[in-house]
Amino acid sequence: MNYWSFERFFEAWPYILKGLHITVGVTISAFLFALIFGFVWTFLRRIPERHINWVVTWVMEFIRSTPPLVQLFFIYYAWPEIPVVGVTLSPFASAVVGFGIHFSTYIGEIYRSGIESVDNGQWEAATALNFSLLDKWRLIILPQAFPPTVPMLGNYFIIMFKEVPLASTIGLTGILHMANSFGSEHFNLIEALTIVGIIFLVLSYPSARLIKKLEVKLNTRFDKNQVIDPVE
Amino acid sequence: MQDILSISQELSRGLFVTISILIASSLFAYFMGFVSGLLRLSKHTIIRKLTGLYIELFRGTSLIVQLFWLYYAIPMLFGINLGSNWIIGVIAIGLNYGAYLSEVVRGSVEAVDEGQTEAAIALNLSSFQKMRYIILPQAVRMMLPEFGNYTIQMLKGTALVSLISLNDILYYGNILRSSNLSQAPLIYLVILIFYFVLALPLIFLTRKAEEVSKKGVAN
Repeated sequence: MNYWSFERFFEAWPYILKGLHITVGVTISAFLFALIFGFVWTFLRRIPERHINWVVTWVMEFIRSTPPLVQLFFIYYAWPEIPVVGVTLSPFASAVVGFGIHFSTYIGEIYRSGIESVDNGQWEAATALNFSLLDKWRLIILPQAFPPTVPMLGNYFIIMFKEVPLASTIGLTGILHMANSFGSEHFNLIEALTIVGIIFLVLSYPSARLIKKLEVKLNTRFDKNQVIDPVE
Repeated sequence: MQDILSISQELSRGLFVTISILIASSLFAYFMGFVSGLLRLSKHTIIRKLTGLYIELFRGTSLIVQLFWLYYAIPMLFGINLGSNWIIGVIAIGLNYGAYLSEVVRGSVEAVDEGQTEAAIALNLSSFQKMRYIILPQAVRMMLPEFGNYTIQMLKGTALVSLISLNDILYYGNILRSSNLSQAPLIYLVILIFYFVLALPLIFLTRKAEEVSKKGVAN
C-alpha cells in the first residue's frame, strides 16, 4: 500500500486537465441535445388525446427512472447490434445521445411547468385579441414562460456535468478516464481522483451559486407576491 | 421469449445486491439528511460551517468520483479494509444523497410558518420539544415527495456499484453481453425493465406522497 505523494499530485494535474475539454464538450453538446429534444416531449404531451398522453407519460417515466449508466451501455454496445437501424457511435456521440435523451425528459417537464405557469387570462386575452396561433406563442406565451425556467435549466446543466464522468466506462477520454489511466500507470489513483473531485467542485460550486442568485433575481421580477428567502 | 426468460433468470441473481444496497444506502442517506439538515440550522457557526462543507463537497462532485475515491481511499487513509465493497457502495451512495436530502430537510423546516415557532416559545416548550412536537411533524410531510424522488435517484445510482465489482443486476448483464455480443440489445433492454420494475413502487409511493403533502395545506 502506498501513501499520498504530493509530487505525483502536482504531476497529474496537466495530464488530467487534458481531458477537461472532452468532459465540458460532452456536457454542452448533450445539454443542447436535451434542450431541443425536450421540446419534442412537451409537444407530445400536449396532444389532447388520452391514450397518446398516457403512453408518452410512461415512456418519459421509463427513461427517467432507469439508470443513465445502463442507457449509455445500451447505446454504445447494443445499438450497433440492432438490425437495420443500428449504427456504431463513438464514445463521444454515445454520451451526447445517452445523456441528451435521459435529461430531455426532465427538461421537457421544465418547459411544461413554464408554459403552465402562464396565467390563464393571458391565453384568453390572446384569443380575444384575435392573435394567430403562432403570434400567440411567439408574442404572449413564450416570453412569459421562458424566463422562470432559466434557473431550473441551469441546475440541470450542472447535474448533467456531474453525470458525464459515467461515460468513462464506455471509453470517453474525459477527466475521470485520464485520472484512471494516470493512476493505474503510476499506482497513484487516489491523488488522481482527488484532482478530479477538485475540478468538479471548482467548476460546479460557483455555477450553482450563480444560478441561485439568478433565481432570486428572477423571482423578484416575475413574482412580486412571493416572499424570498434571503440568500445565505 | 426463451431468451428473455433465460436472461431474466441470470439477471435476477443480482437482484439481492441491488435491492439490499438500495435499502441500506437509502436508510443511511435519510439519516445523514436529517442529521446534517438539522445541524445546518444550528446556532453555532462552526457546526453550521462544517455541515455546509460536507454538503457542498458531496453535492459539488459526482457520485462516480466519490465511489471510486472511497473505494481506493478508505483502505489507504485509514489503513483498514472494510472487508467488502458492499459497505463502500452503501457509504458512497448514502453520503452523496444524504447531502442532497439535507437541503430538503433544511428547506422544509424553514418553510414551517414562523408563527408555529413563536407559539411553541410562548407555550414554554424546550427547543427539543419544539422541534419534535411542533416543527418536524409539519416539515416531514413537506419532505415526503422529495424523499421519494431522491430514492428513485438512489436506485439509479446503485447501478454504479457494478463498477467496483459488486454482483448487481448490471454486473450479470455485462457478463452475459460479453459472452454473447449479438444479444446485447435484448440484454440491456431486460436490464432497463428490471430497474423500471424496481422503480415502479417508488414512483407510486412518490405520487402518493405528493397527495399527502398537499392535503390540508392552504395555498
